[in-house]
Amino acid sequence: MAHADLLSPAPLGRSPGERIAGEAFVIAGREFHSRLLVGTGKYASNAQMIEAIEASGAEVVTVAVRRVDLDRSKDEGILHHLDPDHFFLLANTAGCYNASDAIRYARLARAAGFNEWVKLEVIGDQQTLLPDTIGLLQATKTLVDEGFKVLAYTNDDLITALKLEDAGAVAVMPLASPIGSGLGMLNPYAIRTIKQRLSVPVIVDAGVGTASDACIVMEQGVDGILMNTGIAAAQDPVRMAAAMKGAVEAGRNAYLAGRMPRREVAVPSSPTTGMLGGGA
Amino acid sequence: MQPSTLVPESISEQLALTVNGAVRTVPAGFTVADLLASLKLDARTVVIEHNGTILRDRSSFASLQLSAQDLLEIVHFVGGG
Repeated sequence: MAHADLLSPAPLGRSPGERIAGEAFVIAGREFHSRLLVGTGKYASNAQMIEAIEASGAEVVTVAVRRVDLDRSKDEGILHHLDPDHFFLLANTAGCYNASDAIRYARLARAAGFNEWVKLEVIGDQQTLLPDTIGLLQATKTLVDEGFKVLAYTNDDLITALKLEDAGAVAVMPLASPIGSGLGMLNPYAIRTIKQRLSVPVIVDAGVGTASDACIVMEQGVDGILMNTGIAAAQDPVRMAAAMKGAVEAGRNAYLAGRMPRREVAVPSSPTTGMLGGGA
Repeated sequence: MQPSTLVPESISEQLALTVNGAVRTVPAGFTVADLLASLKLDARTVVIEHNGTILRDRSSFASLQLSAQDLLEIVHFVGGG
């Protein structure tokens, strides 16, 4: 029994009394235990989506706001599948190309009655889905004034990130690479710099393609990762969700552990003395 | 307070309104709750914008009567990232 405890320690952050320093993951005063936030789009089926989310261990799941399709009787909202008592629903404003549309979608999402949080996206370009940071900043200010908790999806630009924090965003979410690209983190320096300079949580959102990408992102010291396509578009999304869970935990642990310095020379790991054939 | 003579007597009178971008007709006197029921939608899972105003209080659905040329948007949460 004692061996089992040693071999499989409790997941980090599980028990509040025994938490390692730096492990609390708090956004706008609310503590979460999983640093992996996941989207709910692009799954082959709702059953697969639920299974993947369970495997990911995520507590925060993103949803989008869309018209009810009135002519298709089988078209159901995601709340028929996703129990809002078991997950923290984070509505996004995906698909909005200007501040006023994003504000309208955020208000509609809030009226659903779950919370006042919004993952704010103001997209500036259809081909890259890169954010319109000017519209994003405008929408952030308006929504913060209206009492929203804004988690702002942005690019990896430090100045924009600082302005979003000043505008009252409760978290800043720079991309690793474009939405749905799976290219991994293109600019680790920019991500590290944003993390070092901001006080609010930094959650990397978009671009993670596989578990090693997630691990490297977390090794930069960021507070969490939000992903959707990296899991949903895997050949086996449920297995990839489990891989991402492990990768986020591993990357966080590696960051807290502090990596060894890189050296461009070899340093032996075994003693260089006591070799055979020499004198005493 | 409207004089009762202005209230249509015949339930066959129809109002044309726009719901999610498409014109629909409903009987005069239809409320938002009636519309949802006719569309087989659960009020708890949708959010309604009525002529640009979000109806944040679902208890208003049963009393809010629709008018000709109303613009309604009925939205819900779907999968997204």
